[in-house]
Amino acid sequence: MVERTPILNFFTHLILFVGFVFCVAPFVIVAIAASHNLKDVNDVPMSMLPGSDFWINIKTAWTTADLGPKLLNSFIMAFGVAAGKVIVSALTAFSIVYFRYPGRMLIFWLIFITLMLPLEVRIVPTYAVVANVLEPYQTIMDLTGLSWLIEKISGVQVSLSLGLLNSYSGLILPLVATATGTFLYRQFFLTVPDELTEAARMDGAGALRFFVDILLPLSRNNMAALGTIMFLWAWNQYLWPLLITTDQSHAMAVTELKQLIPNVGGAPEWHIAMAGTLIVMLPPLIVVVLMQRWFVRGLIATEK
Amino acid sequence: MASITIRGVKKNYAKTQVVHGVDLDFASGEFVVILGPSGCGKSTLLRMIAGLEEISEGTIAIDNTVVNKLEPRERGCAMVFQNYALYPHMSVAQNIGYSLKVAGVAAAERTQRIQAVARVLELEHLLDRKPMALSGGQRQRVAMGRAMIREPKVFLFDEPLSNLDAKLRVQMRSEIRKLHRRLSATSVFVTHDQVEAMTLADRLVVMNGGRVEQVGTPAEVYSRPASRFVATFVGAPAMNMLEGTVTLDGLSLLGDSRKLNVSRTGLPVGSKIAVGIRPEAVRMVAPGTPGALAATVDLIEELGAGRVIYVDLDGAPFSVVTSEIVHPEPGSTVGLQFAESDLHFFSSESGARLDVFKASVPEPAPAIL
Ligand SMILES: Nc1ncnc2c1ncn2[C@@H]1O[C@H](COP(=O)(O)OP(=O)(O)OP(=O)(O)O)[C@@H](O)[C@H]1O
Ligand SMILES: [Mg+2]
Repeated sequence: MVERTPILNFFTHLILFVGFVFCVAPFVIVAIAASHNLKDVNDVPMSMLPGSDFWINIKTAWTTADLGPKLLNSFIMAFGVAAGKVIVSALTAFSIVYFRYPGRMLIFWLIFITLMLPLEVRIVPTYAVVANVLEPYQTIMDLTGLSWLIEKISGVQVSLSLGLLNSYSGLILPLVATATGTFLYRQFFLTVPDELTEAARMDGAGALRFFVDILLPLSRNNMAALGTIMFLWAWNQYLWPLLITTDQSHAMAVTELKQLIPNVGGAPEWHIAMAGTLIVMLPPLIVVVLMQRWFVRGLIATEK
Repeated sequence: MASITIRGVKKNYAKTQVVHGVDLDFASGEFVVILGPSGCGKSTLLRMIAGLEEISEGTIAIDNTVVNKLEPRERGCAMVFQNYALYPHMSVAQNIGYSLKVAGVAAAERTQRIQAVARVLELEHLLDRKPMALSGGQRQRVAMGRAMIREPKVFLFDEPLSNLDAKLRVQMRSEIRKLHRRLSATSVFVTHDQVEAMTLADRLVVMNGGRVEQVGTPAEVYSRPASRFVATFVGAPAMNMLEGTVTLDGLSLLGDSRKLNVSRTGLPVGSKIAVGIRPEAVRMVAPGTPGALAATVDLIEELGAGRVIYVDLDGAPFSVVTSEIVHPEPGSTVGLQFAESDLHFFSSESGARLDVFKASVPEPAPAIL
């Protein structure tokens, strides 16, 4: 039921406006703080009129935390995670929805379980695996006596090792391996009419052809949504990058922000910290703004 | 063009069997319509021919090659679906040409063939549109074009007209017929609409409950229904059915209240049978006419060209179609008359047609009721 009366209109807009203010206020405060100098930012209460040092603070933050390479790192990781998610989820969902094979339900539930085991829960074993990807195989070979056998026969001691610490693969792969995207696609694939699949079969399209020519174009909007969400999620990751990037050259922008936070005993340079925050916030904001146009187009041009 | 041979085909879904052994032969170039009520397994049978559904038992051969294990694309069939199943993200031209693209036909030839098909179906001005910008009839034509462009040996239609409005349906029906005359590919058309079936079919296959009840030309199926089910399913309004018992000198109907003096049946006295008479074969006469059967008028349905008069025969519903301008008052009594040759007899148990009378009646005599 949609009612339109001036009074109702006024109140709905008022509610919208209050919500908007609540959401935006923290950002405004951050932006204002970033424009003050050291003295003004530590005034109590802080002046709500913008200061004049905005660009200076931005520059200081940029150089102090060495944000250029960190932003690039963050971008590579976030983009890698988003792209990996979009591709891997589409493929797994395709397999689960469109093929009948033994163990299909088992695989489905295994994937489902990962939903209940986010990275934070399984972070120790994940770290162990990333530290040496081949460790599990080594263990299996040791336990089965295989490595002993090989050593006896060839005299070579088997010691498999492939570490991914401080590498983009180590950063990206564990974040890609979760089920959220798979479920999004699965739900979408289930809404694609069977007749479409059958029509493609009659037209002679094999499974892969159907996937590429029909399913993927139809799930464009899904991909845009998933890609955006995953980009933001990966960009904001803190714990995992912190854990596996001991080397400064692989540090992420978000984790490096702590460099800007004033230490106990140091100068309370909150204006620099706020300026850094603004910089780190910008790329996800751009992604959202760009992708939002996609969503809207997807919503207006109703397919079917 | 291709012949289709179906032998002992069954279909099981998990534990339930939905098609119970079907044997059919479709000649090359024939237009066959499979008619049956909802859920009788028509689509399942069609989809087994297409290769979209596995054949649980039996064989299907196209041009004498058993196709049980072949993929749809290897069978040379094209299918038109009930909901058209057009690819929503492709233009009309892309939809029509997709099978050629998959087959690796060069772009130039593809365009040329799309144009040719579009010309036949009068879709030329719509080639750049997306399916969602088309009307139902236009979508239907695109779906046909998609099937036509491959020049298939066999056309399969699964209720392709049921989503169209009545007028468009009639129009598309004649277009399909024309198209068939022009391409003369073997066509199998599934429908539950008997008018569609009658008008389109060279041969009609009537199915019920996963079995074939009768195969024949529309005229044959109408005039000599092979079973009680076919008799009541084909023809509108449905054939009147009266329960009866074989007596020494003929039949008694409606729990002995009426006697029907027909020639000796040869059936054991006391056998239960069903007597059918088409509403079109009944004549309405003045009440009290000698030999006429008295009935009470319930309701009159005006059809324009004629009218259906529903009457009550001792509690049994009965209908009469007449083109005469008569308007008997509801509640009034009328007389009904029909020829013995218009009667159909079916076994009460199996529902099978009983032709015993035909042999023993030399010339049609008016039945006295
Ligand atoms: N996947 C399935 N699993 C189990 N039973 C099925 C399945 N598909 C169809 N059936 C059953 O098989 C029977 C025949 O189905 P079919 O689709 O062939 O009917 P139909 O004659 O085409 O009916 P309609 O005119 O409604 O399309 C139905 O009783 C249906 O319930
Ligand atoms: Mg059907």
